[in-house]
Amino acid sequence: MSEIPTDLRYTKTHEWVRDEGDGTLTVGITDHAQEQLGDMVFVELPEIGAGFAAGDACAVVESVKAASDVYAPVDGEVTEVNEALADSPELVNQDPYGDGWLFKMKPAETDAVEALLDAEAYADYLEEEAH
Amino acid sequence: MLIFEHSRPGRRARAQAPAAEAPVDDLPAEQLRDTPPPLPEVSELEAVRHYTRLSQKNFSVDTHFYPLGSCTMKYNPRGCHRVAMLPEVLERHPRVPAAFAQGILACLHELQEILCRVTGMHAFSLTPAAGAQGEFAGVAMIRAYHHARGDRERDEILVPDAAHGTNPASAAMGGFRVREIPTDAEGDVDLTALRAAVGPRTAGIMLTNPSTLGVFERRIGEIARIVHEAGGLLYYDGANLNAILGRVRPGDMGFDIVHLNLHKTFSTPHGGGGPGAGPVGVCERLEPYLPVPRVGFDGDTYYWITERERPETIGRLSAFAGNLGVLLRAWAYARMLGAEGMRRVGDFATLNANYLATRLKEAGFDLAYPGRRATHEFIVTLKRQKKELGVTAMDFAKRMLDYGVHAPTTYFPLLVPECLLIEPTETETRETLDRFVEVMRRIREEAEQDPERLRQAPHGLPVRRLDEVRAAREPDLAWKPRPDGEAA
Repeated sequence: MSEIPTDLRYTKTHEWVRDEGDGTLTVGITDHAQEQLGDMVFVELPEIGAGFAAGDACAVVESVKAASDVYAPVDGEVTEVNEALADSPELVNQDPYGDGWLFKMKPAETDAVEALLDAEAYADYLEEEAH
Repeated sequence: MLIFEHSRPGRRARAQAPAAEAPVDDLPAEQLRDTPPPLPEVSELEAVRHYTRLSQKNFSVDTHFYPLGSCTMKYNPRGCHRVAMLPEVLERHPRVPAAFAQGILACLHELQEILCRVTGMHAFSLTPAAGAQGEFAGVAMIRAYHHARGDRERDEILVPDAAHGTNPASAAMGGFRVREIPTDAEGDVDLTALRAAVGPRTAGIMLTNPSTLGVFERRIGEIARIVHEAGGLLYYDGANLNAILGRVRPGDMGFDIVHLNLHKTFSTPHGGGGPGAGPVGVCERLEPYLPVPRVGFDGDTYYWITERERPETIGRLSAFAGNLGVLLRAWAYARMLGAEGMRRVGDFATLNANYLATRLKEAGFDLAYPGRRATHEFIVTLKRQKKELGVTAMDFAKRMLDYGVHAPTTYFPLLVPECLLIEPTETETRETLDRFVEVMRRIREEAEQDPERLRQAPHGLPVRRLDEVRAAREPDLAWKPRPDGEAA
């Protein structure tokens, strides 16, 4: 069973979101997602300052199996990207919730994360998807 | 070892040298190179051994069962090569006037007609050099058709999520926005999502039927109605035509444009990177936009149809008439089979796939769509084996190579976890199919008793398990001479 930290929020497209409490959100892909994709070979990150609507494709993670879009979890603007992934995409596999984060964004609405899944709901969703 | 690494300065194959060097006196001086190109210098015997050894390392349909899903790696009858290998064909100059090329033009014209009859289309162009170029031609025709009607608002192409990756890529290359349509639990296109997606911006939909999930899209008539009513066109990706050959025609399903992979369905060698052929066929209203040149016949002589006769054409896609050798092989194959033979291709491709799917199910493997009849291919999911035994679809695939079976397509389609997409094709015997089931059983036993053996596979091939991450991140694609000028 993959790891699902209880302090994060989740999407059905397997992104996780951490509310940093300073008006920004950190976004990455879940342990389940990295496990399904396999070894990462390339991560394409958004431009800093780019605006996205929730559900827009805003990054690409490419593994030995497939290239997959990463979707913006909420409406907002990208404020920072994880530069380390350019040389070390394997961080997404090794530490998906830590050093393998993808980008930070400033949400258009402060309570936008409330609409996302909590850990329990995401775990249920994975369970459901498995059947 | 590369041929370059056998090289020694001054070594020659005198018996193979041309009688005299071609004169270069008339080349402009600034175009001449200062140093000779770094070509390998080897003896004739070394060259023969090198390439013979390489050929012995081939894992091909001539030597091994090759059930690579959605690729139709069937056996190509040797007879198909004969016409393409005639000296008159091999040595023919592409600019030979049509008056002196009536034989070849007659073959190409007949191939156009045969493909029309097979697919239920009105006209065909043979020039696209492969499937992806056929798709590009199709998308360009969708654009040309809407624009000719002054309908410039249509900027979206719908693509089901089970599609081949080339479909969204071709749509994007044609300048369209791609809208993905989900698949329902049974493997059919989600009609509710389709209805919600169509509208005044819909230029068309690109569909493979049977789909890459190895099932026939049952509501294709309904899909055609929804898309046509919205003013869009239907594009048929012919990659999986082998399943329905001689039984159902894309034109009768409502498709407006079709591309075929002759190198899959019409039996010409493929898998080595080409050449291929991806002819496109269209319904009557799209005929003016077909790529040129095509072959016409006035009842007496065959002639080239060019931009002059079809000013609305999307233009030329390749030099001359496409890959002639592939087209002639397809023509020979179609003539050898006839209509009755084509029907048998579809029947046996489907029978073999269903036989193999049933036997694997009986052997305890999980089918991704157990409730559906397989078409020419089907999906086994090893999700359970991964969970229970810790071995992946990739481990199974690599171990198969040790047993002399080419691996099926792995991890595609992306919708099914730990999947093997298996396409046995019509040219395999029942004994070969039974052996495949036996190999799958044995690999599963190994997974239970010695999973590490699978994770390290293959063991008996020229190369062991490759480092895929490094291959993708640090590709080593070109040989370079050492800086001192000596061969490595």
